[in-house]
Amino acid sequence: MMEGFTPYSAILGGALIGLSAALLWIANGRIAGISGIVGGILAPARGDAAWRATFLAGLIAAPLLYRAAGRALPDLTMPAPLMVVVAAGLLVGFGTRLGSGCTSGHGVCGIARLSPRSLAATSVFLITAAVTVYVARHIVGL
Amino acid sequence: MTKLLAALASGFIFGLGLIVSAMVSPSKVLAFLDVTSPSWDPSLVLVLVSAVIVAALGFALGRRRTAPLFAATFNGPSNRALDGKLLVGAALFGIGWGLVGYCPGPALVALSLGAPAALVFVMAMLVGMGSFALLERYRAARVGS
Repeated sequence: MMEGFTPYSAILGGALIGLSAALLWIANGRIAGISGIVGGILAPARGDAAWRATFLAGLIAAPLLYRAAGRALPDLTMPAPLMVVVAAGLLVGFGTRLGSGCTSGHGVCGIARLSPRSLAATSVFLITAAVTVYVARHIVGL
Repeated sequence: MTKLLAALASGFIFGLGLIVSAMVSPSKVLAFLDVTSPSWDPSLVLVLVSAVIVAALGFALGRRRTAPLFAATFNGPSNRALDGKLLVGAALFGIGWGLVGYCPGPALVALSLGAPAALVFVMAMLVGMGSFALLERYRAARVGS
């Protein structure tokens, strides 16, 4: 039962994600939603690209410094085959833009703001993700 | 400049959180989403709860101010409609998330660490985002004509 359960690192990591969202809101008045920040760079409004680029630079630098500091990394193995990865990427890209957010924008920031839209979106993507895993693992047997 | 430094720090702390919480690991995320499994891993519930509590404190602090520190206005979402776009988009995202265990943030962090699948995922994700932007532009043009 629950052999992979890591409560302390989960709470600490979650607190860091929450801190990042709080900082971006109080400092810049922006929502720390990754799909929105990336999507906004693809078609940026005037003067709106630089903060997105620096946020993403920080996001990408963090794991490199973490690794350089000699800390052990989580298991990065991808269990799914390549064609499934492509399909998933397309669905995540299109779906997060159509639905205006992902786990960070809706799941963290939206719920913290008690947004009804984000509560609905988070419920929907948690359910479809769990159903997808159920079908893939226990019915199709991927 | 301060605005960009704040964005850099925020992104950095976010990336650190994704690694510390192990959300960058597809197998960790899939073990959480596999709710009927006897070896279900509830760690991500704690990640979400912890993140929401700290973020909510930040938003509560923000409500005491008329403007953010380094920008003219708070730039939050204004749309309030529970419409089909929101729900269909969230459903499609959930299917993609459940297929491989990557959402956008962890995929970018895994890409930075050189995970080959993350490169493929992020390229496909950008194509998905780009095709949505094209579709929106096409629809806007049709409405405009």
